[in-house]
Amino acid sequence: MERLILRVTTKIFFAPIILFALYVQFHGDYGPGGGFQAGVIFAVAFILHAFCFGLDETKKVLPQRALLVAMVVGVLFYAGTGVATMLLGGNLLGYDQIDPESTHHAGQHYGILLVEWGVGVTVATTMLTIFYHFTGREPDIDQEDW
Amino acid sequence: MNLAAQLPVLPIITPLILAPITLLLPKGRAPWAWATIVSWLTFAACAFLLAAVEDVGVISYQLGDWAPPLGIEYRVDLANGLVLFLVSAIAAVVFPFAYRSVQLEIDDRQSPFFYCALLICLTGLLGVTITGDAFNVFVFLEISSLSTYALVAMGARRDRRALTAAFNYLIMGTIGATFFVIGVGLLYQATGTLNMADLHDKLAGQSNRVVDAGFAFIVVGIGLKLAMFPMHLWLPGAYTYAPSAVSAFLAATATKVAVYVLIRFIFTVFGFDFEFLGAAFTYVFLPLGLAGMFIASLVAVFQEDVKRMLAYSSVGQIGYMLLGLSFATVEGLTASLVHVFNHALMKGALFMAVACVVLRAGSHSIHAFSGLAKRMPYTTWAFIISGLSLVGVPLTVGFVSKWYLLQASFAAGHWYAGFLIVASSLIAVLYIGRIVEMMLLREPAEEGPYAIPRRDAPLSMLIPMWFLVAANIYFGVNTELTGGLASRAAEALMFMAGGAQ
Repeated sequence: MERLILRVTTKIFFAPIILFALYVQFHGDYGPGGGFQAGVIFAVAFILHAFCFGLDETKKVLPQRALLVAMVVGVLFYAGTGVATMLLGGNLLGYDQIDPESTHHAGQHYGILLVEWGVGVTVATTMLTIFYHFTGREPDIDQEDW
Repeated sequence: MNLAAQLPVLPIITPLILAPITLLLPKGRAPWAWATIVSWLTFAACAFLLAAVEDVGVISYQLGDWAPPLGIEYRVDLANGLVLFLVSAIAAVVFPFAYRSVQLEIDDRQSPFFYCALLICLTGLLGVTITGDAFNVFVFLEISSLSTYALVAMGARRDRRALTAAFNYLIMGTIGATFFVIGVGLLYQATGTLNMADLHDKLAGQSNRVVDAGFAFIVVGIGLKLAMFPMHLWLPGAYTYAPSAVSAFLAATATKVAVYVLIRFIFTVFGFDFEFLGAAFTYVFLPLGLAGMFIASLVAVFQEDVKRMLAYSSVGQIGYMLLGLSFATVEGLTASLVHVFNHALMKGALFMAVACVVLRAGSHSIHAFSGLAKRMPYTTWAFIISGLSLVGVPLTVGFVSKWYLLQASFAAGHWYAGFLIVASSLIAVLYIGRIVEMMLLREPAEEGPYAIPRRDAPLSMLIPMWFLVAANIYFGVNTELTGGLASRAAEALMFMAGGAQ
């Protein structure tokens, strides 16, 4: 078994990194951090995996096409939250509409949580897409990879 | 949902939310069809918005229900209503046009990415125009610029020089955006607000180095984006090597939106209370506008590449817009706004004609135009009519622009500027005439790289192109929409700026 220590360390670190990403994601609306940082940390777990096991192994876990779909879903999640508040009778991204009965603007809390999810998903997948393209770069990018 | 109340946000949210879906569509015709429908929906929203603004005056929209000046405000008046209408109309014409041209020039498998980037670019341009928040301008400016860099670079399949052109544009555009945001930051430091109307109130009476430096940074930053004469170096390369449909779209919209932003900052944010402004008009915009009119136009005469020639001509035409606003009168500002609208019509049509030639001849070198009238008569005449419009022949929009500009320069007492406008139009006769002579009087090449089959462009390209050519003539005869709206918009801007009526 080659590079045993690296492999084992990566496997040990992988889950805590993702856990930390989720912590930053959900802590985002209370303190510093949020979707962007969480997305980057989430992507780092997979980048570490690719460094250690090779890009092809990582692509088995997260194929290029899945990243593309998740990227789109993330943006739509964000924009969809805005449109949902419009449909509920407010303005675009008027989070108070989500919970209009609340006395302490709970809607603002839910709204930012939903929007940050969209940001997190999009940032994580975009980071990974950029990483895939840089590391997987042939002299000219294989057209099937677009 | 109250659709009428949500109308101001629809031009932005429609292309923004529907653009990512393009990526999931199968490669081929679907992304194009989707993008075309989205561009039409956006145009409908902008048209309704302009009609609403004409009815009720200024419309304000509070994003996230946060009241300005703290929240971001979309603020639509006649000036940006007109620019929104223009940008979305050009998009609605260029998107259907793009299909065949893009099919030839871009790898089919990239088409979802291409149309997605084009829609996001449209979102950015509309967002810059609609917003009433100075920092929001920067955000949308970056959205449109980043997608533009990618779009220009996609021309690399035909010509690798597109990559250096895009990189050049990236560097210059980023410097421009950075200068702009530094300027906005300085204004924020001086006033503590980012809302344009609020900035105007709080800047009144302020005269200190922070505000002066902020003004200078903003002018240089936007100057880079709009290719103000000595800062235009990114433009010819970007327009020449971008895919033809992208050139047509950008030439008709991107610099126009930047001119609008300049007008908005000068007249709405700063206003005539700002002492620096008089000097900026006399020593910056007037001489640079005149220099651009002559130097860039003269450079255009000697180009061997038609797209590059039209790009230099664009730099020259921006000179007219700067000249108009440098008079700081209602007439001058009207002329500027009218020319923003009209120049988009003529440059759009001209670049579309070049796209048709590229489709058949595979080149935008001037030699490909030799004897074109015998090979592609409809394209040739579209080029000639919009070329005449660029020169400023009566019955075309170019004449209307020049007429307003001449009136404004005489009314402002700059009689010499009137003669210079006519003189620089003669240079336009030279560079357009050169191509027209090639097309009408030369014999087409029978063989060699520039030989063209005797087939005109497909209808999917001819119809949008002739639609714009017809608009060139229609708005040249009927100046109700452009001239009327522009003068009312200019009056409102001048009133806000606190200038003499």
